[in-house]
Amino acid sequence: MAHVNYIHNIPFISIFLTMFGGIITPLFSNGKIAQKINLIIVCIVGVLSAILLGSVWQNKESFTFMMGHFPAPWGNELTAGPLEALMALTFSFVMATTLLGGAKFIQNDILAEKQNLYFVMINLLFGSMLALIYTNDIFTAYVFLEINTIASCAIIMAKGTGESIAATLHYLIICLLGSGLFLIGISLLYSITGHLLMPNIQQSIIQLTRTGEYAFPFAVVIGMIIIGISIKSAVFPFHFMLASAHPAATPASSSILSGLVLKSFIFLNIKMFYCVFTIDLIRNLRITNVLFLFGLIGMVVGSVSALKETRIKHMLAYSSAAQIGYIYMGLGLGNHAGMVAACFHILAHAATKAMLFICAGGLMSVSEGKDGIHDLRGAAHKNLMAGIGFTVGGLSMVGVPLTAGFVSKLYFASATIYSPQKMVITLLTLAISMILNAMYFIPSAIAIWTPVEKKTERPKVSRRMEIGIAIFIVTNFCLGIFYKPIIDMIELGIGLL
Amino acid sequence: MNEPKKKSTWRHFVDWVNGEEAIEVPKKISFKKIDFNKIKENFEKYIWSGRKKAIFYLVMCAFVCTVFIAILLHTVSALPYFGGGNNPASNEVVQRYIESGVEETGATNIVAGMILDYRAFDTFGESNVLFLAVICVVMLLKKDKYNTTQQEIREEKEDEMFDKEDDNTILKRIANLLAPMLFLFGIYVVLNGHISPGGGFSGGAIIGAGLVLYASVNGQQNMQRFFKYKTFVLINVTCLLTYCILKGYSFFTGANHLPNIIPKGIPGALFSGGLILPLNICVGMIVACTIYGFYALFTKGEI
Repeated sequence: MAHVNYIHNIPFISIFLTMFGGIITPLFSNGKIAQKINLIIVCIVGVLSAILLGSVWQNKESFTFMMGHFPAPWGNELTAGPLEALMALTFSFVMATTLLGGAKFIQNDILAEKQNLYFVMINLLFGSMLALIYTNDIFTAYVFLEINTIASCAIIMAKGTGESIAATLHYLIICLLGSGLFLIGISLLYSITGHLLMPNIQQSIIQLTRTGEYAFPFAVVIGMIIIGISIKSAVFPFHFMLASAHPAATPASSSILSGLVLKSFIFLNIKMFYCVFTIDLIRNLRITNVLFLFGLIGMVVGSVSALKETRIKHMLAYSSAAQIGYIYMGLGLGNHAGMVAACFHILAHAATKAMLFICAGGLMSVSEGKDGIHDLRGAAHKNLMAGIGFTVGGLSMVGVPLTAGFVSKLYFASATIYSPQKMVITLLTLAISMILNAMYFIPSAIAIWTPVEKKTERPKVSRRMEIGIAIFIVTNFCLGIFYKPIIDMIELGIGLL
Repeated sequence: MNEPKKKSTWRHFVDWVNGEEAIEVPKKISFKKIDFNKIKENFEKYIWSGRKKAIFYLVMCAFVCTVFIAILLHTVSALPYFGGGNNPASNEVVQRYIESGVEETGATNIVAGMILDYRAFDTFGESNVLFLAVICVVMLLKKDKYNTTQQEIREEKEDEMFDKEDDNTILKRIANLLAPMLFLFGIYVVLNGHISPGGGFSGGAIIGAGLVLYASVNGQQNMQRFFKYKTFVLINVTCLLTYCILKGYSFFTGANHLPNIIPKGIPGALFSGGLILPLNICVGMIVACTIYGFYALFTKGEI
């Protein structure tokens, strides 16, 4: 019997375990059991990803895993390296903590008889994100992109109110636009390269660029694929779907959408850059410049829209759009350091924004469910943990030292050294955006901490939410203080992509 | 609030910090607050501003579509000729599928071999998409306190009464004759998916059509005698679980180079093709349930 390397099976086991969880969940009519099973599965995946990360980090390797009996160009394949493992670990960690912290909202917002179906969606959404991280085949990426789209629409819609259904429609239309472009891109790419597996496509593309054959279709393909994925990750002109989706969804859904779903698409974009089109080609075709431009505009426009808002969840939604802008700006710098900073910002923003949405939900629930910032006055005194979490999250978004947001901004700023022609405008926009961030987070922080005269009894706050927020706060400071090993991992991972 | 307009700059600032005043008041769309009398008074103006916007969107829409169509047409004209021998797509991948597909998968239908053996992971994802779609529709449309009103329930009861009263004898007889044949044909297509054209997706669609026909003629009550929501969930879950476990086993053994105990059989026989036959059955049942589920949920909101 052949020797089995169990570590190499982890990507496959993680994906199948979450899918398995999603499939069996409809059998449990009780939402609480479904939730427990879901949480256990996410935790198992987290532990497995941590083991995988430890192993690939130690061996400094990246490996492919054959899905089935047939090798590379004939069958499907998964691939895993330090970056993939790190992403999977972060995603499962944020997912688990969000589900822990947001459990109360899910129980309150969603009808009891449909709660188990909500967890089907969460499981399959998580499985699809893992598959998007690990896949080495663009058609598999498309299939799981579809799962991702449907499931993320379902978790917005789960609340069942008219507002959430309208928001879902908005989100669905934008998402389908992105998927459609991506699919057309894939089919055109297949007809000019004859492959669906990323390494094989890359070889054909290198050949094609050398001979100059099919130059026009190839340019169209690159445009469609990158634009399609960027639309799905809510880059600047398409960020309005967030503004309608987040306020309408239950806080746990908002956290997952903003913290993880958008990030999985950005990661797919990074994979496309490195594993399919090669980074030199992307740079030569000036795709990075386009992304850079939209990233910059997104940073400013998102922050300004957030500044204009008086409703907390809309504010956070626009702030997400601005942070997505940061990530695309990092990608658009087109150098290695910018990529590293963008990857770190993916992690930092995933941890921070998920916490902010949970905290905002917690603050709203002690203020009779109102979402205006002035309605939340004094809410932090009623729900202490949510107040602290919101403040820490806000500080991290602004970029105060010791928090996660500071590190990513530091790296963004230092990455500009390698792209001198973009340096001035990047630094200026970073400064403007940080000031704008401070301008909208500080008033809301003041509002929630303003003491109220009326002595009301402190409403009972869910213990699980407090634990979840506490974990998020600790993570944020950990990312902000012990960032060096993570940066090293990302650098190694990008090198091995 | 006697003179709301005369606020000092400082007061504005304090209000803004308190979140009571936005720098620019956001447009809140609330149907309760729309003043319809005002709209009636300024109807002409209103319509015209709307029309201007509509014309603008229409022109932009036409422009973007034309540009997009032009780009795509130009791209297609530059693509390799469909089915050409020297195409990039006619490479070693396709060659192996065609030349050794029968031997390696045991299925004489190469397409079935391709989607359920070579690239089974994608098909697993696809069946999950179907499952997810139908669960989504259940989530959205299955009757609950949010999406049904008393009036709708009353109307539905009236509908059922009418259904019982009129007996379309010819329609019912013909449909009841046709439905079993459809089932039989669907089952045939599913079971022979690895030998002849067809397979789980197409056969499942035929069975689903049969279920829709039966339900629409005989009414949902008759359907619910043997096909309840529980049965529906059970079939879906069992089939996907079978798929997940079988393929999980196959992937695990394949990737780790372990011996696989599943026999391939003689190509062309009914029991051949290794896992393809059971997988086709699973996919077929999922597709049939999905199609019927959509029909039932969209018409009655119940399965």
